[in-house]
Amino acid sequence: MSRLIEWIDERYPLTKVWREHLAEYYAPKNFNFWYFFGSLAMLVLVNQIVTGIWLTMNYKPDANLAFGSVEYIMRDVNWGWLIRYLHSTGASFFFIVIYLHMFRGLIYGSYRKPRELLWIIGVIIYLAMMATAFFGYLLPWGQMSYWGAQVIVNLFAAIPVIGDDLSVWIRGDYVISDATLNRFFAFHYLLPFILAALVFIHIVALHKVGSNNPDGIEIKKGPKGNRWSPDAPADGIPFHPYYTVKDIMGVAGFLIVFLAVVFFMPEMGGFFLEHPNFEPANPLKTPEHIAPVWYFTPFYAMLRAVPSFAGTQVWGVLVMGASIVILFFLPWLDKSPVKSIRYKGPIFKIMITLFVIDFLVLGYLGMKPATPGRTLVAQIGTIYYFFFFLAMPIYSKIDKTKPVPERVTQ
Amino acid sequence: MKRLIAILSLALLPFAGIASEGPALENANIDLRDQASLQRGAKYFVNYCMGCHSIKFFRYERMQDFGLTKEQIKENLLFDKSKKVGAVMDINLPAAAAAEWFGTAPPDLSLTARRRHGGGDWIYTYLKGFYKDDSRPFGVNNTIFPNVGMPHVLVELQGVQEAEIETDEHGNKHVKSLKVVEPGKLSPEEYDQVARDLANFLTWVSEPVKLKRQQLGIWVMIFLAIFFVVSYLLKKEYWKDVH
Repeated sequence: MSRLIEWIDERYPLTKVWREHLAEYYAPKNFNFWYFFGSLAMLVLVNQIVTGIWLTMNYKPDANLAFGSVEYIMRDVNWGWLIRYLHSTGASFFFIVIYLHMFRGLIYGSYRKPRELLWIIGVIIYLAMMATAFFGYLLPWGQMSYWGAQVIVNLFAAIPVIGDDLSVWIRGDYVISDATLNRFFAFHYLLPFILAALVFIHIVALHKVGSNNPDGIEIKKGPKGNRWSPDAPADGIPFHPYYTVKDIMGVAGFLIVFLAVVFFMPEMGGFFLEHPNFEPANPLKTPEHIAPVWYFTPFYAMLRAVPSFAGTQVWGVLVMGASIVILFFLPWLDKSPVKSIRYKGPIFKIMITLFVIDFLVLGYLGMKPATPGRTLVAQIGTIYYFFFFLAMPIYSKIDKTKPVPERVTQ
Repeated sequence: MKRLIAILSLALLPFAGIASEGPALENANIDLRDQASLQRGAKYFVNYCMGCHSIKFFRYERMQDFGLTKEQIKENLLFDKSKKVGAVMDINLPAAAAAEWFGTAPPDLSLTARRRHGGGDWIYTYLKGFYKDDSRPFGVNNTIFPNVGMPHVLVELQGVQEAEIETDEHGNKHVKSLKVVEPGKLSPEEYDQVARDLANFLTWVSEPVKLKRQQLGIWVMIFLAIFFVVSYLLKKEYWKDVH
């Protein structure tokens, strides 16, 4: 065995990679609950890719056959129902896990120097995920698949001058049709592998700068020397075995929640599998209310909150785009002398609490039909969403902070 | 931790909102373990519904799952003797012609219980909701599906109902209550049972694997609970020297 490894090591840095990224990668010893979601996101990505490939074996990307082929999988393919529910539930859980992962970064300042690029790669991953989810949602070819895609593609039509041609180019037709379904299927199959490559880059960036922690202390700058190595950070422990066994426990806990949904409530009351999507796509019958799946609704609410003026509706599209783009600038918006919420002052704590509430309220409003009252709330919510980021250079500077200890706390 | 609970409970807020939407449905007491009800539902379905409605994603032979034998299915429920028992329950009604007769082609009912908010309760309420309305082509309207194109196929069983209509402050008309004015072959209680059996059957049809899924889920949960404890103890063992 050791001779085989020697043979490989002369040709490929197997032992080196194992050491640098697992056995001798020193992570802060004070990770808490919020630090499970990175590894869980990878688990869900693998779940999506594996179940997705197996679904493809019986799925037909054809406007006449797609809906029926999904039901065929649900009823006639051995264990097809389980593979399909793992995939459909996995899609929603991917977003749950990623939102919690992003929230972790937000409260502990994981986007701050030297992790700006790590955060930016993460936002790109999030964008790729949204695109994957959007393409995938058309594939069951239900009513909501069809009309949801219609609404989203029409957003591009709002762009002045080139909009109409652009939306036709995206669809490959004047309406969502078989041509659209085929290309969306192609992209839905491609993007997860790009996503996997981006995750790899994300981890390379992470291991370059080292993990942040709930105290926001750079362990690499602290004292050196631990039980395993005299030059390793004193507050670091080897990722393997400490965090591998801890993450296995996280996986077990996650699977209890995830599989409870898969086995006992795969529709999640119409949130994960929407009721109208059990009706085949019908281009002649518009559903009374079109709403995207829950994970897009905060952004959809912002889109609808912006009124059209100067004869175009493009402003809402721009605002929705800006709501994502602004995340890229977060590392330079935060001027606080400390990273973690533990040492930040009351202003940040209030701002972030309101931000979470705001995001949930926007998500709720995005699901409901618009009324004047709801639109007003969505407008206030949209303003606050941007205020949270744009005012950050000011409030993060004037906020009272607590002194940061030298060493991480338990 | 307190904050976490607060966040999670806020996350559930929207769920509370959506659940209360739509007109009030009657409780059908859907019970997928009630095999007698499912079998009666299948019988009513092939006799009263299948003239116009297919359940094209459901195979005859899957009725074995609620206690029928292949022979019973072939003899009592499969009318087209050229079909095999493994065939799907589709129909020969031409959709284009049907659309001309009814205004819209009768939909396939394989997934109706999942399509409608309320599932089986919706179907139950719908089947009980036909009332006399001479302004409609077939002389009937429906409480939860206004201006539906379907005639009251079960009228010989239920009899004719009349509605007491009330107008609210916005000028919208609502059905306040229904009353049988010409009795059918069945008493109201017996008819409720027929509607319930059909709702039960169509709920089964919408996801034939549901019971199996839930039963399997219990074993999965038991396994994961043990796995979680083991992984927790493993973690504790490894971490005891980290201070």
